[in-house]
Amino acid sequence: MAAAVSRRSPLASLLPLIAKRAASAVLTLFLVSMVVFAISALLPGDAAQESLGQSATPEQIAALRHEMGLDRPGYVRYAEWLTDMLSGDPGQSYVANQPVADIISQRLPNTLMLASVTAVLSVFAALAIGISSAINRGSRLDRALNIVTLSLVAIPEFLVATLGVLVFSVKLLLLPSIALVSEDATWSETLRSMALPVFSLGCIVVAQMARMIRAAVADQLDRSYVEMARLKGVPFSCIITFHVMPNALGPIINAVALSLSYLMGGALIVETIFNFPGLASLMVNAVTSRDIPLLQSCAMIFCATYLVLMLVADVVAILANPRLRA
Amino acid sequence: MMKPIFRTVRALPLSGRIGLGLVLFWIAIAALAPLIAPYGVGTFVDEEVFSPASARLWLGSDYLGRDVLTRIIWGSRNTVFLALGAALMAVAIGTSVAMLAAIRGGWTDQILCRAMDTLISIPSKIFALVMVAAFGSSMTLLLAIAAFTYTPGNFRISRALAMNLVALDFVQVARARGERSFHIALREMLPNMIHPLLADLGLRFVFVVLLLSGLSFLGLGVQPPHADLGSLVRENISGLSSGALAIVAPAVAIATLTVGANLLIDAIKPGAKT
Repeated sequence: MAAAVSRRSPLASLLPLIAKRAASAVLTLFLVSMVVFAISALLPGDAAQESLGQSATPEQIAALRHEMGLDRPGYVRYAEWLTDMLSGDPGQSYVANQPVADIISQRLPNTLMLASVTAVLSVFAALAIGISSAINRGSRLDRALNIVTLSLVAIPEFLVATLGVLVFSVKLLLLPSIALVSEDATWSETLRSMALPVFSLGCIVVAQMARMIRAAVADQLDRSYVEMARLKGVPFSCIITFHVMPNALGPIINAVALSLSYLMGGALIVETIFNFPGLASLMVNAVTSRDIPLLQSCAMIFCATYLVLMLVADVVAILANPRLRA
Repeated sequence: MMKPIFRTVRALPLSGRIGLGLVLFWIAIAALAPLIAPYGVGTFVDEEVFSPASARLWLGSDYLGRDVLTRIIWGSRNTVFLALGAALMAVAIGTSVAMLAAIRGGWTDQILCRAMDTLISIPSKIFALVMVAAFGSSMTLLLAIAAFTYTPGNFRISRALAMNLVALDFVQVARARGERSFHIALREMLPNMIHPLLADLGLRFVFVVLLLSGLSFLGLGVQPPHADLGSLVRENISGLSSGALAIVAPAVAIATLTVGANLLIDAIKPGAKT
């Protein structure tokens, strides 16, 4: 009874803590927007030059620049851009001549699909590897898994991807080497063409997560409460499920969030190799064609995803750890 | 002087010794490249492209008929030295700023932490992509990008270390003695952080190698006529379908370098069970 009563009031006391954490995430996102704006201003050439082409005279460019408001000081343009972004209008693409929001809404589902399929598969794999090697610490299984994950973390993903293409597409002729994602493709076609990208991305993410999960669980297994529970005669599986896992949840969620944030912006190389029509390869195009509004929106999506994942991880850690509620 | 080093090496587990061997091997190759490369780096030595290994060309020829072994030896020089330089810069800057944050505390700490949090949330490859597009790829720029990208990560770790140290008695005593911040950081705190910092340096090194070879693979990194291990994989990609040595060998070179460094870090990591 006492536990039930005291459970409600700490939850209320959690709200300010979570609100504080969320406020700091919003502040960071604001700072990120400044950095993104400043970095994109570094790119040589601007929209006026881009749309008039090489043959334009400096006077024409200056006139168009004035018309587009590009000759105003940076902070004025930043303020305008920020208010536009906040009101949900990321502007007009210079190159494609269509709203940035439309272009992104074509690509975003692909990236989210790739990221979520990889995330679901790799979280389960990483949990299985991490927990089983932490439980069997020092055993042959643990050492073998340690070497495997260590190597996978250290191998660049373009190697995994090219080797995957060599084995599965060139030698075995099992899977396509280019990811064709279109609306009229059937489910099995989409799955087949996504197999190699998911595999390449998954390798590195699983290895990263598994190592951090192993460390978190192993750290808990060293605590004295585990020894206490063992001496009491609690079955080992109960110790893991009811004693160790709740305590390791915070660090595990953190590891998962950190690795998953990689699936958005980090997919750059995999998307390029497999010609996958995702957000990262869209951003590469935006950089090469100097499409600043598109570039800024993509960059903000990547940074915001990272910050949201970190925020969720921290909130879950606060909820899972009774000591942080005080 | 040499004895403690030998003792540390002997205390390493087998995997750590293999890692140390691989890292030393690649550093030696990189340092001695002009002496050991059998041919000139751009010389065409074979009329056939993607020729298999032979007594004359140990690793065969590449897509233009150049010696793959020579290309790898020179490529490893760029990879190893760029990565080592960038990792050293990242750790030096990150740790100095972290110690400043820990010693000053208060607003300084708040502002620095917020700034580093901002930088860490920008994906490294995206940042590098924009920088290369803005300034054009050059060795100096790649060094700066890699150093800048991995500074916040090192800052987080060394700030956590420094925060623990600042609260300890000997630092408080040094403060009470009226020592300057610079002295406290260099003489009192740094020697007590050096071990975990070395492990972090190794980790940053691996990250930089992965970032740089990834960039080179995309054609954004080291530009021809220079080459690093990543650009060797890229330029020979047409040999992929035939499984040519010219693409397998640089791939293996990158993997042995990074896996070796990781094995070594894993073995010397503080708290690692031997």
